[in-house]
Amino acid sequence: MTTTAVAPVSAEASAAPVKNYLKQTTTIRSWLLTLDHKRIGVMYLIISLLAFFIGGMLAEVIRTQLLTPSGLIFHGGGAAYRQYNQVFTLHGIIMVFMVLVPMTPAAIGNFTLPLLLGAKDVAFPRLNLFSFYLYVSGAVLAILSTVLGAVDTGWTFYAPYSIDSNSYVVLMVAGIFLLGFSSIFTGLNFIVTIHKLRPRGMTWFRMPLFLWATYATSIIQVAATPVIGVTLLLLIVERVMGIGIFNSALGGDPVLFQHFFWFYSHPAVYIMILPAMGIVSEIITTFSHKTIFGYRFIAMSSLAIALIGFVVWGHHLFVNGQSAELDAIFSFLTFLVAIPSAVKVFNWLATMYKGAIDLKTPMLYALSFIVLFTIGGFTGVVLGALSTDVVLHDTYFVVAHFHYVMFGGAIIAFLGGLHYWWPKMTGRMYSEPWGKFACGLLFIAFNLTFFPQLVVGAHGMPRRYATYLPEYQSYMVVSTIGAYLQLIAFLTMAGYLLHSLFRGAKAPENPWGGTTLEWTTSSPPPTENFLGTPEVDVPYDYSLVEYDPAIGSYIRKEPVPFAEQAH
Amino acid sequence: MSEAVSVFGQEEIARKHLAHHFDTPQQQFDSGKLGMWLFLATEFLLFSGLFCAYSVYRALNPEIFRYASQYLDAQSGLINTLVLLTSGFTMALAVRSAQTGRKAVLIVSLLLTMAGGFTFLAIHAYEYAEKYREGLLWGTLYNPKLQEAQPDQAAIAKPVKVNLNAGWKPLNLMAQSGYAVSHSNIAPAAIGPAGVAPAQRPQFGTSTAPMPQPANVQLFFGIYFLMTGLHSIHVIVGIILMTWLLIRTIKNDFGPAYYAPVDFVGLYWGVVDMVWMFLFPLLYLIR
Repeated sequence: MTTTAVAPVSAEASAAPVKNYLKQTTTIRSWLLTLDHKRIGVMYLIISLLAFFIGGMLAEVIRTQLLTPSGLIFHGGGAAYRQYNQVFTLHGIIMVFMVLVPMTPAAIGNFTLPLLLGAKDVAFPRLNLFSFYLYVSGAVLAILSTVLGAVDTGWTFYAPYSIDSNSYVVLMVAGIFLLGFSSIFTGLNFIVTIHKLRPRGMTWFRMPLFLWATYATSIIQVAATPVIGVTLLLLIVERVMGIGIFNSALGGDPVLFQHFFWFYSHPAVYIMILPAMGIVSEIITTFSHKTIFGYRFIAMSSLAIALIGFVVWGHHLFVNGQSAELDAIFSFLTFLVAIPSAVKVFNWLATMYKGAIDLKTPMLYALSFIVLFTIGGFTGVVLGALSTDVVLHDTYFVVAHFHYVMFGGAIIAFLGGLHYWWPKMTGRMYSEPWGKFACGLLFIAFNLTFFPQLVVGAHGMPRRYATYLPEYQSYMVVSTIGAYLQLIAFLTMAGYLLHSLFRGAKAPENPWGGTTLEWTTSSPPPTENFLGTPEVDVPYDYSLVEYDPAIGSYIRKEPVPFAEQAH
Repeated sequence: MSEAVSVFGQEEIARKHLAHHFDTPQQQFDSGKLGMWLFLATEFLLFSGLFCAYSVYRALNPEIFRYASQYLDAQSGLINTLVLLTSGFTMALAVRSAQTGRKAVLIVSLLLTMAGGFTFLAIHAYEYAEKYREGLLWGTLYNPKLQEAQPDQAAIAKPVKVNLNAGWKPLNLMAQSGYAVSHSNIAPAAIGPAGVAPAQRPQFGTSTAPMPQPANVQLFFGIYFLMTGLHSIHVIVGIILMTWLLIRTIKNDFGPAYYAPVDFVGLYWGVVDMVWMFLFPLLYLIR
């Protein structure tokens, strides 16, 4: 195992080969009770990928249903349509609470955060394991409620649906309550880690941008999630005890539920997208082999998005009887979010300008992200405008908008991050041609699926119905074909990633030429992350790495002594 | 350092508790403290949803809150406030004696704090039982037995001597001290904007007119039970944490070199106290 000059090792340590974190111990028990952030990250990854698979199959069911105007699977009225409601509700709940919220922060974040920071672990490893098990128990409760009587309220649990529904709302909501606390503890852990565990030399403005994004995300997780916690608690108490807070028959106010819900759930959108933006920042600078443009602007725009994200929730209630003054304020604040988002996009483009761009799979995902997120962002501005929102509210335009942001943004960037850090996580390389093929297919399939939905939405097709008017059918068929192609892309991905896991070439220390600290340790890293204390320098200095064809990896150059630089 | 403190072995104790990923005990303590403060911030935010619901419904239905809050027993509330404040003091004493390594004082002050918690819960349970007996509950369970207890509506306004065992009584401190009980008879907000009260507004304590029961009084009791219930759950958790501290104290785990858990539970107990400092006036005192 090679070591770099950056991580000096004593003679005894290099004599005995260090076991990596995957092989350190092999029993199942050592995995289930591990306190190692990398193993916890991998376990999060496995479970959230399973959830993603289930959520994705539900999406395929929805798309198949919508092939014909009267519905291909659920037709004939009442009970069948209720099943359709259950399917799209579960799709939403799984994708939002079990995939998007934990996937990037908890899975990728847990694995990479201490590595990028140069720390040995997160600040509270036991709390970290506890939040993983909160996540698992939340998922178990959700599965249980689905088996007993799947929820049909829509993922938003709006009162009075959630009060009147005769499905297992309480179990599902209790599950999401636990998922929420898992998210709070992860965020809390990350904030403390970033504040207190930075090694010598790692100042705030030397942190890799993914850490800035994670930091902003964690602030939202800690500050917004308790509110959904109490809201869900109120909903449980409402159903179990009939407390009447959201029940207008007992003097309560159902719209208050919507305010509470979106006070969390809008910032939650930024829990999903901010770490995704962090991943994209890392990928773009690495594969352009050029220093990031506007480091401080990207770092601060993450915080700006996090803070503005707290005061825009009212744009979900434009047509729900909110006063015109509030509508106008919320609309204005919503437009403000576009500014820091655009700052990021321009800085990424400027980073690529005159860079030595290497179109590897992660970079392709990053480029897809820029295109798709920009479409998602612009359609968001359209929806944030009052006059257009009144028309487009609850149409497929909204569905397409948030899929462009959540899927085209968060999931695509997650996949980029997965491919980017895959060699570090598993110690194996994946097939580059297949990776590029899957990414290209996914990009095309994604647009085939959701662009027609923007159009039918603008034509006025309402969301959440099991049937639709015949004139929309051609759009819906194209959309469904896109969804099937996506399935093929994902199955391809699963195929070559699994192949890589068992048969892939051994990954070198630094396959991409990254400059952040995780590339200075072995792939996969040892349990203690770094053999020795990592030396931290200004990030993204690509003059410090060069490709060594002999080992097929980038290596760290010895820094040029100051005396020579002067001449 | 005082003589009571044995410095011997403190270094080892500090090392024993140092997790592998921290460099120094100080870094570990600071991390724990920051984590605890963040957690307490989330606790406040958890309650903030309920405070928000309180504000919204109070703004929408001021008459419900004016009418219903008089049925809360301000005297019990005051006693509970004093009990919690005292337990806050004993908890602070516990933290201090952990820092200075006085084990006996630590044990006694932890026990006193737990006793405070239990007293608080007992008084609260009594209040809940009263409300249950009077049918002053939430939602559809709201079924006040006021009429049976007091056939004459006007009697509500009469000075009432406290008799805890005699069915429903509007108990408050004024009643306790023999003064006339004051009941606001400001008309519901539907009649006029709040603050523009009629010129013949009655003087404090002189009102004799009964207050008509507004609609949806159950909303107040729903919020009352939610807020105090969630708070009581936090008191119970605090008592459990103190039991854990007590066991560890007896095992000689704490001393000047390592007292982080006592410190953090102390912070938690402070938040439990503080939330009550808001609940008491909002629910019991403001009319």
